[in-house]
Amino acid sequence: MLILIDGKPFDGPEDTTVAVALLMAGQTMFRRSISGEPRAPLCGMGICFECRVTIDGCAHVRSCQIPVREGMEIRTG
Amino acid sequence: MIVIVGAGPAGMAAARRARECGAEVTVVDDNPAPGGQIWRGEGRWLADGVRFVPSARVVSGDTAAKTLLLETERGAGELPYDRLILATGSRELFLPFPGWTLPGIFGVGGLQALAKSGLAVRRKRILVAGSGPLLLAGASYFRSKGAEVVLIAEQADAFSVARFGAQLLRHPAKVLRAAQLQVSLLGVPTKHGCWVEAAEGTDRVECIHLRQGSRAFTEPVDYAAIAWGLVPNTELATLLGCDSLAGAGGVDVSTVEGEIAGLIAAGREDLARELYPRRDKAIRFAKAIDETFALRPDLRHLPKPETIVCRCEDVTLERLQFCNSFRAAKLHTRCGMGPCQARICGAATRFLFGWQDDSIRPPALPARIGTLIGS
Repeated sequence: MLILIDGKPFDGPEDTTVAVALLMAGQTMFRRSISGEPRAPLCGMGICFECRVTIDGCAHVRSCQIPVREGMEIRTG
Repeated sequence: MIVIVGAGPAGMAAARRARECGAEVTVVDDNPAPGGQIWRGEGRWLADGVRFVPSARVVSGDTAAKTLLLETERGAGELPYDRLILATGSRELFLPFPGWTLPGIFGVGGLQALAKSGLAVRRKRILVAGSGPLLLAGASYFRSKGAEVVLIAEQADAFSVARFGAQLLRHPAKVLRAAQLQVSLLGVPTKHGCWVEAAEGTDRVECIHLRQGSRAFTEPVDYAAIAWGLVPNTELATLLGCDSLAGAGGVDVSTVEGEIAGLIAAGREDLARELYPRRDKAIRFAKAIDETFALRPDLRHLPKPETIVCRCEDVTLERLQFCNSFRAAKLHTRCGMGPCQARICGAATRFLFGWQDDSIRPPALPARIGTLIGS
């Protein structure tokens, strides 16, 4: 399953969430906090909003709640 | 039409019982599949004939008009109900300590949820810490997936845990489960009365500093799974005006309370009453867990003045020390006003300062403007 992470193609696992695909791709930072800290998933279940990214142009999406789909464009940071 | 919010053990049990009584049932959940956190990825499905609305967040509701406002990835809409059951489950309790915001530090159920969704943890060095029975369940799961669990650090002391073990004898099914867990964890170092003091790393967690009594030590890790117990998700219930809330009690309490709610909603209070003894027994067990794993006051001193407490708005402890209530903290520092709407820092500041967050307003979750205008 091919997805784009910050413009780079990643051949990731199927049948998973965007958060898992990003972690499997070695992504450590999902977003920057308002004071500039790197952040990544904490709760894994849609509560904490730390894993939010931009998916296909839609900002602030909780990556842990979204199933990964072929050709998805994901932006972190 | 009975609408149930939440497709975890409680929501599934409620749906099954209500359906058995012939009611029309719709279940709404934030996740793509039913099962909640405990049965995530296990392919469990709702009872036959139950309608399922996946990946839908309940943004608000109107108890006079008897509707819920839902938002999905693509759209929004109103869902009418005659009877409403809120089975919104629990989240984990996260307490601030220096470095707790570093990538690679998850909740225990948090890392387990990611692993169940396909995250490979094979050969990863994982520290499991915090408090409660989920530590053992999480550690066992990570190990079964090939992880190296470097340590289980339980803050409760060994005496409390041993006393709890003795109480288990009154619950034969629990003894078996506990024995299975112990076998699956043979060889994994476990410390009681031991807790995380700080995490360190540049872009991600690299090591965890711990304390056990007077002894301080450090463990290098790839991931850390840290949580201090469970917090019930009561925001929607509070928003809709419920004043007596069931709380978090684990899968047995959830299941029986779900069954009771499903039967009552379907008009069979007589059948529901028969389940009260089972519920009371489950609640007694849950209370014993709460007492065993009561958090030690030392944990209130983990965050330093510069430690972030509200992760959404990056509010540090020193800024909160001048506030005398959660409301004051919100007004003066924006603590609790970010996207998670105090779901993380609300419980943390309740533990740290005894504050109560009682001002839940719609929307219960961040929502698109279109969702709110449409309603």
